[in-house]
Amino acid sequence: MISLALDSKPRLPRGVRLKHDAVRNEWTLLAPERVLKADLVAVEILKRCTGDATITAIVDDLASAFKADRTRIESDVQTFLADLAAKRMIDL
Amino acid sequence: MTAITPRDLPAPIGLLAELTHRCPLGCPYCSNPIELDARAGELDTATWQRVFGEAAALGILHVHLSGGEPLTRRDLADLVAHCAHVGLYTNLITSGVGLTRPVMTRLAEAGLDHVQLSIQDSEATSADHIAGYQGAFARKREAAALVQEAGLPLTVNAVIHRANVARAGAMVALAITLGARRVEIAHTQYYGWGLRNRSALMPSRDEAKRAIAEIERLKVLHAGTIVIDHVAPDYHARYPKACMGGWARRSLNVTPSGRVLPCHAAETIPGLEFWSVATHALSTIWADSPAFQAYRGTDWMQEPCRSCARKEIDWGGCRCQALALAGDAAATDPVCMLSPNHAVVAAIAEAEGVQPVAEGPIDYVYRRMPARSGASSASD
Repeated sequence: MISLALDSKPRLPRGVRLKHDAVRNEWTLLAPERVLKADLVAVEILKRCTGDATITAIVDDLASAFKADRTRIESDVQTFLADLAAKRMIDL
Repeated sequence: MTAITPRDLPAPIGLLAELTHRCPLGCPYCSNPIELDARAGELDTATWQRVFGEAAALGILHVHLSGGEPLTRRDLADLVAHCAHVGLYTNLITSGVGLTRPVMTRLAEAGLDHVQLSIQDSEATSADHIAGYQGAFARKREAAALVQEAGLPLTVNAVIHRANVARAGAMVALAITLGARRVEIAHTQYYGWGLRNRSALMPSRDEAKRAIAEIERLKVLHAGTIVIDHVAPDYHARYPKACMGGWARRSLNVTPSGRVLPCHAAETIPGLEFWSVATHALSTIWADSPAFQAYRGTDWMQEPCRSCARKEIDWGGCRCQALALAGDAAATDPVCMLSPNHAVVAAIAEAEGVQPVAEGPIDYVYRRMPARSGASSASD
């Protein structure tokens, strides 16, 4: 697995975008030849991948917004973004 | 599984829009039909825009703007803009020939999401011979640079056959040099012009195996740099591919003149009734078109598919290939080792998969429009 620097600022590159699919009533991440279903956790992470916030800041924000265990969230965010990075679906 | 009714029919995900059959290249592996649609019969801008609107409403997410060479359509940027307007993700599948800086800028501004650029080989002389077009290789390099400059993601795709099978790995390296995030390495599928040229295209089993092993190795080596999507050669496989993810399950294809097909080769199957966007709404075609219903689900299957545990994994393989090799579109794809006709595939792979004894360029039947149709008109 790719290891991500906590001070990197993840950003969806052009050609990768989050879309609410009204026909199926679900969120999807659209990318070249790929459609990934995005669950609610994924949507909350992706909405924060604007290129402005560091991974640390995103984790802090999620932990505070959802009053959840920070360690657990950091691990979830790392795993999720590393997978997207391996698919070249996120820029760091 | 019972028959699928329109009510529980899943919505399609992808639409392949073959905007035109006109193309400057003549690649011998092209899967377009031998009978190409002439320019005069192509759908106009307004009709394509209506089709894209209907596609978005039906649940389509990705539109693949293809051909032929879609850049020969002067309304391409208008079509892209309309797709963006109705929320569709647009993928331009191009040879790169005709992609100038002003065209690239207009397409990017129209909201194009992604460009997929074909390459024929990693060496210019061979690449141009395969394409049947002098200078194509150089123009593709320029096209890749323009895509990069416009900030769009680039996928490079390469079709593997006898003339380039030894350079499968070099084509991945070229894709990285060209700045691609993704590369598709697909062994030739024998439909349309590809079937016509099969004996000139089929690599030997050993060459194919070497190329497969190399690509699989590169996948691991380049993880995080470039994503490699690998379509292994079907004639050397044990089980068939889940062609189109199952007939009429995930996607549809609109031809230049508006016929709607479950896959781009479906017209090779005689007796299928295709409906046109000129006479039916896309949602009606998806649900009720006789061609879509013909092999949807599993009820149409014969043995050994009918009782096979894999029937909802590979959906019986490819109908067009079953017809071409077993003489029956409802038969198990003969690529499957369980098919009673599997020996036919092995025999073809052995007989045609031999290296040419003579050195030098291979003779192909290049994909061309019939001269009399006037399809390659002077106004291009």
